[in-house]
Amino acid sequence: MKFVSPEAYAKTIVASMQEYSLLCARAVSNIFSRPRYIADVFTQMDSIGVGSLPIVVLTGFFTGCVLALQSATALKEFGAVNMTGRLVTLSMVKELGPVLTGLMVSGRNASGMASELGSMKVSEQIDAMRALGTDPVRKLVTPRLVATVVMLFFLTIISDACGIGGGALVSVTLLKLNAGAFFHTGYMSLWHGDIVEGLTKPLFSGFIIATIGCYYGLKTTGGTRGVGRSTTQAVVASSVIIIFVDFLVTQLMIGIFGS
Amino acid sequence: MAETLVGPQISEFLATGQPVVAFKNVSIGFDGRTVLDEVSFSVAHGETRILLGPAGGGKSVLMKLANGLIEPDSGEIRIFGRALGEISQRELFEMRAHIGMVFQESALFDSLNVEDNVAYRLEEEHVDPKEIHERVVEALRFVELEKAIDKFPSELSGGMQRRVSIARAIISRPDLILYDSPTGGLDPITSATIIELIVKQRDVSHTTCLMITNRLQNAFTLATHRYNLQKNCMERIPNGGIDPSTKFLVLHEGRIIFDGTTLELTHTQDPWLREYLE
Repeated sequence: MKFVSPEAYAKTIVASMQEYSLLCARAVSNIFSRPRYIADVFTQMDSIGVGSLPIVVLTGFFTGCVLALQSATALKEFGAVNMTGRLVTLSMVKELGPVLTGLMVSGRNASGMASELGSMKVSEQIDAMRALGTDPVRKLVTPRLVATVVMLFFLTIISDACGIGGGALVSVTLLKLNAGAFFHTGYMSLWHGDIVEGLTKPLFSGFIIATIGCYYGLKTTGGTRGVGRSTTQAVVASSVIIIFVDFLVTQLMIGIFGS
Repeated sequence: MAETLVGPQISEFLATGQPVVAFKNVSIGFDGRTVLDEVSFSVAHGETRILLGPAGGGKSVLMKLANGLIEPDSGEIRIFGRALGEISQRELFEMRAHIGMVFQESALFDSLNVEDNVAYRLEEEHVDPKEIHERVVEALRFVELEKAIDKFPSELSGGMQRRVSIARAIISRPDLILYDSPTGGLDPITSATIIELIVKQRDVSHTTCLMITNRLQNAFTLATHRYNLQKNCMERIPNGGIDPSTKFLVLHEGRIIFDGTTLELTHTQDPWLREYLE
């Protein structure tokens, strides 16, 4: 194993952060100038959004089911089993829906972006694109960024709905709770701030998934092994950053809307 | 000297007779190793400049520098009179639309078929789809690959991929073509086909070009042959003639050790160069 000096290691980290920041800045600024690759945005929306629908629906649904079972068990001890709907709904809308959807989409799409762009990088297709007068950030990164942010927003809503539906199904069929009471307590527990919090998080997660996936893809070196390494790094980095940013956004939202 | 160059201004620049490509004291290194050291040369309008030298001598790096794909550590590179270090990314992308490049490994977009690969630049320029198709067919006819229009790169042989790459480079009628080892890894017969296409492009369009090759035979074929449009084939220039627009540049360990004409190269007294040529 090759050891590097702390100074060289620190420089590498700073340089990587600089490169990542520049990529993000260019990807965002490209939205406001021509040429725009609208068709590529829709292609990516189909790939990222529609393609991720099955895993998002299943994850949301079963998370809601498990949440209902677990919370009912705990609430029964306090004689508050009727609060299951409230707990499931709040948990899904504020936290589990956005985070789990972000993580699932990250696992599926950050890896996909890193491997696709990484393969293009090692086979000189990115250089060819630049040589043909096309900015790869504009053509490849910006459409993925827009598509991921937009689609993750809607995927999170679907995930929330499936989670609440799954919780309701378990509550009615296994816990013998009243469906009307489940939805009513859930609905009454939600405040404006909860919805805003739950729908702000996917905007950040979408940004992280697209930019991290593309960043690792575009900096790929070392042939097919390098593509594999970039793919793994993209998934690990985006997952960790999504959870970290979730913590920050939650703090921010508590600061804005209160608990 | 023109300071904004797009479209018609390039034609005006070419009329001035100034070098299309000019390197001045260009140096670049990677991981502490110098790859190019104080390289200076220029390529005139209409000239075919062949880059020779052993593998690992910095030829491909020089080619990427010429297209602005990488930036030098020091020195100045001027393409169409514009210093690459002084223009914005946007201007650089606009300028690249006037430069064709053939990559060592073809670098075709593997998710696009041959037609879309060749048409890529025209589609970026929002040319009318009917005109795009006509020009794609024309470019593919030039490289004799019309029948492969619907195929994907993975369905083509190495030589065919290289020919598609040439078609992609020439479709926008560029003012400068960069060939990075267009015959690398190909068998001699396929290499001869590619060289014939390059000679055809040189003699038909008179486009300025910079070409890397590791095969001396290919380099000298370019210098001693011309394209006969009547017979539609490449032929040797009569009476041992040499194409005056074809010149050589030899790189060795990051330095230019020869810059001159075919005759000057073949009559060189430099011991290393003589050994290399033999």
